[in-house]
Order: sequence, then structure tokens, then C-alpha cells
Amino acid sequence: MSRIDFDIAHLLAGTLVLISFLELYQDRLYALLNVYAAHAFVLAASVAWQAFVQDAPHLYVTAVIALLFKAIAIPVTLHRIIAKLGIHREIEKVVGVGSTMLAGIGLVALSMVVMLRVTHGADPLAREDLAFALSVVLLGLLMMVTRRNAVSQVVGFMSLENGLVLAATGAKGMPLVVEISVAFSILIAFIVIGIFLFRIRERFDTVDVQALDRYRGERR
Amino acid sequence: MTVDALTGVLAIPAIAAALLAVLPGYRLTARINIAASGLTLICALSLFVRRPATGAYLLVDDLNATFVVLTTFVGFTTSIFSASYIGHELESGRLTPPFVRFYHAMYQVLMFGMNLALIANNIGLMWVAIEMATLTTVLMVGIYRTHEALEAAWKYFILGSVGIALALFGTILVYMAARPVVGEGLDAMVWTVLVQRASAFDPALLDVAFVFLLLGYGTKVGLAPLHAWLPDAHAEGPTPISAVLSGLLLNVALYALLRFKMLLAVNTGALAPGPLMVTLGLISLVFAVFMLYRRRDIKRMFAYSSIEHMGIITFAFGMGGPLANFAGLLHMTMHSLTKSAIFFAVGHVAQAKGTQRIADMGGLTETHPMLGWSLVLGVVAIAGLPPLGIFMSEFLVVSSTFARAPLLALVLVFGILVGVAALFLRLNSIAFGQPRGPVGKTEASYVPMFAHLALVLGAGIYLPPALVAWFQNVAGLLG
Repeated sequence: MSRIDFDIAHLLAGTLVLISFLELYQDRLYALLNVYAAHAFVLAASVAWQAFVQDAPHLYVTAVIALLFKAIAIPVTLHRIIAKLGIHREIEKVVGVGSTMLAGIGLVALSMVVMLRVTHGADPLAREDLAFALSVVLLGLLMMVTRRNAVSQVVGFMSLENGLVLAATGAKGMPLVVEISVAFSILIAFIVIGIFLFRIRERFDTVDVQALDRYRGERR
Repeated sequence: MTVDALTGVLAIPAIAAALLAVLPGYRLTARINIAASGLTLICALSLFVRRPATGAYLLVDDLNATFVVLTTFVGFTTSIFSASYIGHELESGRLTPPFVRFYHAMYQVLMFGMNLALIANNIGLMWVAIEMATLTTVLMVGIYRTHEALEAAWKYFILGSVGIALALFGTILVYMAARPVVGEGLDAMVWTVLVQRASAFDPALLDVAFVFLLLGYGTKVGLAPLHAWLPDAHAEGPTPISAVLSGLLLNVALYALLRFKMLLAVNTGALAPGPLMVTLGLISLVFAVFMLYRRRDIKRMFAYSSIEHMGIITFAFGMGGPLANFAGLLHMTMHSLTKSAIFFAVGHVAQAKGTQRIADMGGLTETHPMLGWSLVLGVVAIAGLPPLGIFMSEFLVVSSTFARAPLLALVLVFGILVGVAALFLRLNSIAFGQPRGPVGKTEASYVPMFAHLALVLGAGIYLPPALVAWFQNVAGLLG
């Protein structure tokens, strides 16, 4: 593989990690959605680049799914939902921005240490990709635990899934079954979540998940 | 495509799900649900007689044939219980007809997902199937749309998705480890190919992969630090789903773990998965038995008991070796049968009493003798008293551990005893003493409950040599 191919793949995957960090400190829902759209857009570019480099045309399908579905359809729909519910200013963080960012840096360092150490047999492109992908996955997890708002938890989950797609495309020649199913599962997951969001609103007058805690099974 | 048993195990639930999604009427759909589950069971049983060839996607061997038969059997009996349970929910207005239709369709999708996960030969396909099964149960847990049900479903969804995401990452890592040896493409995800070539895989990559898989699928097994979704999901969903969750879905996730454990066992350089599973199993056991004491909700209590027993089973498989694996398999079978029988009883009890609060139940053996005594029998069985089946399997787990790691066995025995005491403490206030709380009538279906308990009792007294030989054979496969 030529040097420039590697560098571009590296750049795109690195950008994905950076955008994950951007997501961590957004404090308005609309802004968060825009950042998520950028996240999905970079993912699409990265997958398309992998398709080109690996000469694997089926990966273009995954790239198109990422672009149309994740970068456009989901943010637009969530925008509408937020507008409908009138909750665009509600983001309740459990942990402050500073400590969240520090934790994020720690997680990225951790994934670099773990993945680079165990993958020295693999080719460099897959190696770096995997390390970045794990960072994105862990940052997504971090976002899910540091937010109370249902919508931002969902966004955290979706960026976690983006990390998984990055890992799956980085693993050269991985059967298409998995990529399609990942896209599919997001679709299903999204429907489920959509239903829940509406019901949560219907029942609680808020999408703040903390409201749910009051009803924990045994505090009746 | 030739019609064989394998097609049947997958096609019948799929077709039934499509049918049930469009057909109206509770009586008809409940019957179709039972019939479809029964047919699936027959197909599964025929796997013992004639075994289809192994393909790139599907595989049947002695290990998963056992799991498939157990799954379809409990699926069938639960569908019978579910018919009477759902009938009562319709009458009492907790569920409306559209929801019942949705429920029945989802029930068959769940069966399809679990069967597919069990017979998948492709680790990617297995992952997809487990995710599908998880999503259907999420939908069913939230079906009552109360505050508690929504919270339970949301929690289950979030924790389940995180678990399933970690499992996918582990699956990708296994592919990465296999690729240099097996080559690119489909073969590098086919389990039978992987297990033949695993000795040449990069051990470090396999280690990391297994940690992700253990955390991911371990969440679905309900192992202790990752169990938070389990009690809520059991307590707030419809009781047939609690029975299927406890009796089957946890097993399916454990089965996925076992497959990967077998993969690591082939590779001499990789870490031994045993100690990790032993640790998680013991933590789950000890944690769950102490949680049993302060439970105020009857379904929640038995959910913690499920965590306890999944801990014991994971522990047994983690110890490994022919005897411990045999004990683990037996315990898993007995636990599935007993726990679902208990949930059948609990479902009817909760309907008769109109509540799940333990404080509002009392003297059940006086007010509802049949239900009360079968609940007592179920709890005696799950507590592991002789001569019932769980006594024998727990005894085997403990005695095989004493021979190899006496200290671990002490912890194990301590946990089991604390659990027994907690169960009897609660049972005493539920089943005996002055009748408390409302006394409603219930049209219970006793057949599934008694069938399960009879099997557990029978297995405790006399285990047919053919069954023993079969389990020994499967235990040998597990290594």
C-alpha cells in the first residue's frame, strides 16, 4: 500500500475520534445532532476510502448507508422529534465537561495501548483503524454514561455503532453480512428508541431519563 | 432447498410470526402460537435422529442439539401457559387486542432468533440472531406501558445494546485473528473452520477478543457487575416472557460464550478462559444470594435467583473438565425447567392476588392450594433440596470443585446455603401463615408447570443411562 493511502485512512479515522470528543462537550441538543451528523459523514468518507483502498466495491454500499441514513435521515428525524417535544435546551450532564474530557483522553490512551500491543501481527492500516475504532466505541460509551437525557444517550449509542462499523470495514475482507446487519440493527434500534421516546414523553412529560429512576421497581 | 429439520426449526417460527402479526382474535392466535411452538419442538427432536449436513451458515452438533431441544421444549410449554395468562390479562384489561397480536408475533420472532443463534455456524450470524432476540424481548418487556415497564425496557435496551456492541467488537477481533491463517472472506467467520485452525491464531488478539465477548455476552447472561437490567426486565414484563428470559435467553447467551471458550481452548498460547468465568460466576452467585433477602417483589426475587444459578452454571463451565461440564449442563437444564415452572406459578399467583408485592401475599397454600403447593414444590426444587434434580446437579458441581479447588468450593457452598435460607424465609411468608391480601380466582393452566416439575423430580430420582451418556458426550465436547 502506498504511503498516501495509509495517511488518508489514518486522517479520516483520527478525525472520527476527534469528533467523538466534540460530541462529549456539546451542551445543546441541536448542536449535538449536528456534530453527530458530521461524525457519520466522516465515517462514510472513511468507509468509502477503505472500499477504494481495499478494492472492495461492496463497502461502498456501507458508505452510502452511512451517508444517507446516519448522516442525513437520523439527524433530521431527531431534529423534528426534538422540535416537537420542545426540549432543545435540555442537556443534563452527570459529570462536568472537564472531567469527562479527561476520562475521554484516558480511554483513548487505553485503547491505543491495548490494541497496538496485541495487533503487531496485523497490517498497519487495520491496526491503526482498530485502535481508533475502539477509541470511538469507548467514547460513545462514556457519552452514554455521562448524559441523563434520552436523546443524547441515543446519540452516544449511535456514535458507538459508528466505531463498530469503522472496525468492521478496517478488517479487510470481512463478509458483507455483518456490515449490512449493523446498518439494519441501527435502523431497528432507532425505531425502538423512537417509540420509547414518544412513550417516555407521553408518560413523564420529559425525556430526562432521571425521571425514570423515580419509578424503580421497589420504591413504590 | 430440501426440507429438513433445520429448515423447520427456523421456518416454522418465522412463518408463524408473520401469520400472528396479521391474524386477529385472541383464541385463534394463542392456538396458532401453541401449535407452531409444538411443531418446532418436533422438528428439534428429529435433530437427534437425522442430522443435516454442516454448511457455512448452519451447524448442528451434539452440543447445540441439546440446547435447541431444551429451548423449543420450554418454548412450547410456555406458549401453553401464555395462552391462559394472556387470556386473563385481556379480561382484566391490562392488555388490549392489538398488543396481544403484537405479543404473539414477537414471541415467535424471539423463538426464531434463539434457534438461529443456537444453530448458527457463522459467528456474525450468531451475533445478529442474539441481537434480534434481545430486541424482541425489549419490546415485550415494555408492553404494559406503565412507568416501571418503560423504565425496565429502557434500562434493558441500553445495557443490552452496549453488551451486544461489545460482543460485536469481540467478533470482529476474532475475524482479525483468523484472517492471516484462514484467509479473507466468509471462511474466517465460520465456527467449524475457526476451531480447526485456531491453534495458529495470534493468541494476544484472541485474548482481547475473548474479554470483549465475555463482557458483551456476559451482560446478556446476567453475570454480576453487568446484571442491572435483569431484575427489572423480569419483574415488569409479562410473566411468560420472564419464564422464557430466565429459562432460555440467558442460556443462549451462555452458549455463545461456550463456543468461543472452545475456540480459545484449542489455542495453547491464549489465556485460559476458565478462571475469568469462574470469577464472574462466583461474584454473581454471592452477590445474588445476598440480594435475595431484601426483595419485596416476588418476580424480582426469582430474577435474582436466576442470576444466582447462572453464576453457578458459568462457574461450572469455567472449571471445565468432564465432570464439571456435565454438572454445568445438567444444572442448566434443571434450572431452565424449574425456573420456568416457578414463573408459571408466580404468574398465576400474581394474577389471583392482583399484585406482585410479597407483603400482600400470605397463606397461599390455604387460599389457592394447587398454586400454593406447586409454588412450594418449585421453590424447594430451585433451592436444591433432595430428591429433586437441582440437588443432584448442585451436588455434582460442589463435589467436582472440592476435588480440585477446595477454597472455591467453600465460597460456592456458602453462597448456595445463604440462598437457600433466603428463599425459605420468603417462601414461608408467601405460602404459609395467615392468608393476606386479596383473594381472586384464577383459571390456571397447571399442565406445563406440573410437566416441568415432574421432569425435575424424575431426573433427581432416576437419570436414564442414555441421557447420562448423552450429557457425558456433550461435556466431552466442551473440553
